[in-house]
Amino acid sequence: MQNTTKQHLMKSFQQNTRLDGRGLEEFRKIEVELGISKTAEGSARVKIGDTEVLAGVKMIISTPFPDTPEDGAIMINAEFLPMASSRFESGPPGIESIELARVVDRGLRESKAIDVKKLCIKKGEKVWAVSVDIITMNDDGNLLDAAALATILAVKHTKYPSFDGVEVNYKELTDTPLEITKVPITVTVCKTGNYIYVDPVSEEESNVDARLTVTTTQDGNICALQKGGSMPLSLQDISTMVELASKKAEELRELIR
Amino acid sequence: MTTHKSALLIKEKDVVVPGEELAQGMDYLPGQWTYRKGDHILAERLGLINIEGRAIKVIPLSGKYVPKVNDVIIGKVIDVTLNGWRIETNSAYSAFLSIKDATSEFINRGADLTKIFDLGDNVVAKIINVTSQKLIDLTTKAPGLKKMTGGRILAINPNKVPRIIGKQGSMISMVKDATNCKVVVGQNGIIWMEGEPKNEVVAIKAIRKIELEAHTSGLTDKIKIYLEEQKKQYAL
Repeated sequence: MQNTTKQHLMKSFQQNTRLDGRGLEEFRKIEVELGISKTAEGSARVKIGDTEVLAGVKMIISTPFPDTPEDGAIMINAEFLPMASSRFESGPPGIESIELARVVDRGLRESKAIDVKKLCIKKGEKVWAVSVDIITMNDDGNLLDAAALATILAVKHTKYPSFDGVEVNYKELTDTPLEITKVPITVTVCKTGNYIYVDPVSEEESNVDARLTVTTTQDGNICALQKGGSMPLSLQDISTMVELASKKAEELRELIR
Repeated sequence: MTTHKSALLIKEKDVVVPGEELAQGMDYLPGQWTYRKGDHILAERLGLINIEGRAIKVIPLSGKYVPKVNDVIIGKVIDVTLNGWRIETNSAYSAFLSIKDATSEFINRGADLTKIFDLGDNVVAKIINVTSQKLIDLTTKAPGLKKMTGGRILAINPNKVPRIIGKQGSMISMVKDATNCKVVVGQNGIIWMEGEPKNEVVAIKAIRKIELEAHTSGLTDKIKIYLEEQKKQYAL
């Protein structure tokens, strides 16, 4: 069965089109909504076609790690709800959700978008921890890009809750935003046969030979890479994929401005 | 003798929800997807009202497929057993296709059943029996009933299938002719199709439009115009 779907896919790719009529380098329609949660300090909903992801940011007071007494913490957690897809089950996080959370985390952390030094309240004692929760509402492929986009949007629109030095009042948000110096954008480039494309739908995603997730910042730096799929990628493949990812990232960055 | 006052509480084409009261008194009869409780008639499904004489019927708008004898469905093989295949039907129940109902050819004892239908194959089959416990039996021993190779699968709301097919298949043949695609529509809301990639996209868009506007009138003409527009857009 898998094989016939794959052949069918390749036939479309050969004519430079997709199962839904898009071009190979074309994203689906992206919809963005901000501030969807009343209880989170920053939140966003991102829809890419029928794929829908929510992200919420909580600002928590915590003690810094002993080796980095001046640094705040970043935590990213992803949950694949069973309502999003028949493949997902409740219970402990699966390998897919762990990978997603880690790739999003790597993009945010390594881009240095959040200056962790600024999260420090008292050296060695009190720092802010930025905790992001990613929830999938519906999976029609490309959860990774949607989740990364939702995360950076939620973080970008996060405001500190009021803090009197002892306790945090989450009911009151201050006007101080969580400062973002860079906007990391994640684009996953897929390869099936010899065809390279972005933003796969479910049917395409289950027939991917190899994929490369690339996170870039606005100054063109690559801050995270993740290879997936069972087939190898050649050097040539990787440079084409990275180039395509940077190109698409620019387009997405325009969109979220 | 007590006189019951009968009253109709809804009009033709009203949208009703399950449990909604449709009529009072014994002058009306409960039709499909309605039931009598005391001397009321209540709706069983979310749908549109259709009144024919004294009978009140609900035409469902949503919900899973309910298996019915003689329906031709498209199912997916989910298990190969010793004496047949288990088929996923897009309803709440899976169906069974026995070797004796699968083919009229002779099959040796212990033959490899996956040579006939393998795991994950899409099969066009007819329902020959549904028990009260909803055990479904299928057959593939009639013209047009077979394994579908290649192509792609599309799932739609099973309640819209009559509209997709149209009167004597008028709607679906229009889509087929306009797009040159091979299309098979199962009563369970699963559609198989194969054609040139761009043609397929147009056919799917048209089917989705029919599904969305199934309740409107003059749909055939609208779809005809829509198909022409889409063909121009995709330069077919």
